Amino acid sequence: MCMFQSVMNYFPEEVLDHVFDFLTSHRDRNAVSLVCKSWYSVERFSREKVFIGNCYAVNPERLIDRFPRLRSLSLKGKPHFADFNLVPHDWGGRVYPWIEAMAKSRINLEELRLKRMVVSDESLELLAKSFPNFKSLVLVSCEGFTTDGLAAIASNCKFLRELDLQENEVDDRKGHWLSCFPESCTSLVSLNFACLKGEVNVAALERLVARCRNLRSLRLNHTVPLEVLQKILVQAPQLNDLGTGSFTHDPNSETYVKLKNAMKNCHSIRSLSGFLDVNGRCLPAVYPICTSLTALNLSYAPGLFSNELAKLIYHCKKIERLWILDTIGDKGLGVVANTCKELQELRVFPSDLYGVGNAAVTEEGLVAISAGCPKLNSILYFCQQMTNAALITVAKNCPNFIRFRLCTLNPVVPDAATNQPLDEGFGAIVQSCKGLTRLSVSGQLTDQVFLYIGMYAEQLEMLSIAFAGDSDKGMLYVLNGCKKLKKLEIRDSPFGNMALLSDMGKYETMRSLWMSSCQVTLGACKTLAEKMPRLNVEIISENEGGAGEGEARLDDRDRVEKMYLYRTLVGPRTDAPDFVWTL
Amino acid sequence: MSAPLLGVGGDEYQNNITLLSSPTSLESVCQNGSELKERNYMGLSDCSSVDSSAKSSTSDYSCCGLNLKATELRLGPPGSLSLGRGLECCPESSTAIDEKLLFPLHPLKALVTGNKRVFSDAMNGTSEGKHVSASEVDTMLSPRPSLKPSVKASKEVSAAHQTKVKEAVYKAAVLEMPHAPTESRPGHIAATNNDASAPATKAQVVGWPPVRQFRKNNLTTTSKNNDEVDGKASNGASFVKVSMDGAPYLRKVDLITYSAYQGLSSALEKMFSCFTIGQYGSHGAPGAEMMNESKLKDLLNGSEYVLTYEDKDGDWMLVGDVPWEMFIDTCKRLRIMKSSDAIGLAPRAVQKNQGKK
Repeated sequence: MCMFQSVMNYFPEEVLDHVFDFLTSHRDRNAVSLVCKSWYSVERFSREKVFIGNCYAVNPERLIDRFPRLRSLSLKGKPHFADFNLVPHDWGGRVYPWIEAMAKSRINLEELRLKRMVVSDESLELLAKSFPNFKSLVLVSCEGFTTDGLAAIASNCKFLRELDLQENEVDDRKGHWLSCFPESCTSLVSLNFACLKGEVNVAALERLVARCRNLRSLRLNHTVPLEVLQKILVQAPQLNDLGTGSFTHDPNSETYVKLKNAMKNCHSIRSLSGFLDVNGRCLPAVYPICTSLTALNLSYAPGLFSNELAKLIYHCKKIERLWILDTIGDKGLGVVANTCKELQELRVFPSDLYGVGNAAVTEEGLVAISAGCPKLNSILYFCQQMTNAALITVAKNCPNFIRFRLCTLNPVVPDAATNQPLDEGFGAIVQSCKGLTRLSVSGQLTDQVFLYIGMYAEQLEMLSIAFAGDSDKGMLYVLNGCKKLKKLEIRDSPFGNMALLSDMGKYETMRSLWMSSCQVTLGACKTLAEKMPRLNVEIISENEGGAGEGEARLDDRDRVEKMYLYRTLVGPRTDAPDFVWTL
Repeated sequence: MSAPLLGVGGDEYQNNITLLSSPTSLESVCQNGSELKERNYMGLSDCSSVDSSAKSSTSDYSCCGLNLKATELRLGPPGSLSLGRGLECCPESSTAIDEKLLFPLHPLKALVTGNKRVFSDAMNGTSEGKHVSASEVDTMLSPRPSLKPSVKASKEVSAAHQTKVKEAVYKAAVLEMPHAPTESRPGHIAATNNDASAPATKAQVVGWPPVRQFRKNNLTTTSKNNDEVDGKASNGASFVKVSMDGAPYLRKVDLITYSAYQGLSSALEKMFSCFTIGQYGSHGAPGAEMMNESKLKDLLNGSEYVLTYEDKDGDWMLVGDVPWEMFIDTCKRLRIMKSSDAIGLAPRAVQKNQGKK
């Protein structure tokens, strides 16, 4: 070790800097910065991309202090269960303080990627005006902004390459934000506005596409009609990634014929999505593209019948990533299994959220896929029913899963064939898939499944539990067994104080823990907060009344409805609303 | 010891399980696990009996079905039974297990302990079509001033809860729906009642299934759009009216439920057999998507009636010319016409078929 150290000391910092340039993964860089003080120092001055998985774990000042050469920042805000309306609206996760701090410190920000954060128009305006080299804005599952904010970005970011809006709640003011891209803007490489609800100025869109010769990715929203799509494709046959807008027209019309021809000319399209409003009879226009597609997202097209989907997929022999609705049915999944031998990631979303229809898939579809697609490593599967036998078969067929998320539409349904809990099935999955990093379980489950998870899921980083388990033992198995666990989210399960308090140090090795509708009491949360000052333990009440009232009325013995705890370097947050009580 | 293992891959799996139980610490755990499991099964069987009773009554299904549903939810998720334990002195897991056993059998006990079951009873009393979910009720209880269990408190909060329910993800409208099903849905509700494999509870739980709000909104909007465009519900139902000349009333059929013309024609035959004098003729033709010549001839020659449909453009067409998928896409209504009225259609078809022969 001494020899190594002295050898390394011969290298001037410039060399170390150059070596570190090859380290792109933030985990590698984090590891490197822990080796010694000089490495820490070199690394922090050379790091340009920073990823912060929980925006409240640090604050902007510390970020800027440590990484002055910051160019690209990724931030995540609300806990994952916020996606399912379990977190009240104003909980937090505002990006404004970050942008403000970086602007003040003259950080040369070029890229900003946000997930589950609150982004106001003011933030977007400040962003647009403060960073002259700003190139890329990616917003996933965010909210709080309107098209006025987008107009600010479009008008001011002279070198904008990427504007990618994925599944955000945007207040569409219909203010022609797209027309705000100046005529001088030719740098766009990626533009995704599929989640916007309002109309855009199609003439401006066509002109924009025509002058951005480097455009590779374009995803339109549902207001863009087929005629315009056709014209765009003629202008931009070089596209790699296309999201159609509305895809419905009279298949006998001239426009449709022109579209077919335009599509034939697009030899580079590898990823296809959209179909936000689709007539199945127009689908054949995309068949020529299908042969070279590697990614296909039809999960926003509930109007397509199983046989139409099957016919389309039949052409997609090179697909690696497929997102569809369960309208495809088990039979359709059989077609996928026979056709898509390169499939790596499959997501089957529910089309019928209220449970009155018949459209759904069962364990049969999953088994077929596992048998037919040897490269499958990531799955999200919403199904009507499941059996242990099926899961065991899937585990045997596909030992390479890194992400396995199963969601039964009835959260506590047992094995459909034997009426047993689904413990054995999930047990088989974790035992077989040694590289599993993410797991979501559902169906009727006892503590046994957690015994298996704790025992076998050595690489597991994220676990989602709902309506499962019998006692504290379940949670204990997981906390004791999964050494690499980073995020644990639990709802409606009988885990209580004993499990919560048994290994308090564990939580400092994790990013966060969410527990809602469980058995933990206020007293236990207080104990935990007291003993672990580097954790923020938040108690989230529903709304109004607020923590003020709640504090007075809640007894230590009372159950806590929602608790969210996370490690942090900066103590309780200063922007918590009334209904969030940090102990 | 552990759950009975299924045949598939059973052998090697059993070996693994026995390995599991060899360390003594695990053994005791596993034994407890089996005890727990046994209790589960008891709970389960009650659950299923509740399920079948829930399914048998449409009106109870989603609306007042919250009573049974509420019970189901308590039976299903083991934890929910003992939720509210915290309101008492010490939430020990052992008591939780005991209580769980008792709960399915003694729901009244809950009144004393005052957990959310009380709340659900209060809700039932008001017979609102609101769903109650474990998490929803609990969220109501926790921020409210008095957490002491009392029926009165629950009733007080029920009004506020109603607003909360309206804000909930799942539209309250969905739950009020079963009493006035839309035209396109009756078949589905009937189907669900009869369908033994339907999920035990169409759980109206907050945040379940775990789908992003954005995606949920999109499904609703898109289905509305499709409805406007096609006149079909996008969940797959496509009911069209069927009229028969001379019959006193019309019928409706769901075209989606048939995969070919043959299915449709036999169903129509069954529906209207009481009215027909003639026969539709044999439908024993080999499975082909299109009605073939022999069937058509049988229909025409052997009977006084011709099956026609009105397409999107408003024209009356002979059934059988186009591929099945195209047919269900364009068909707006069906009409069983008397051959004598079908002058413009039938003879041409017969000639065409004769020509083909």
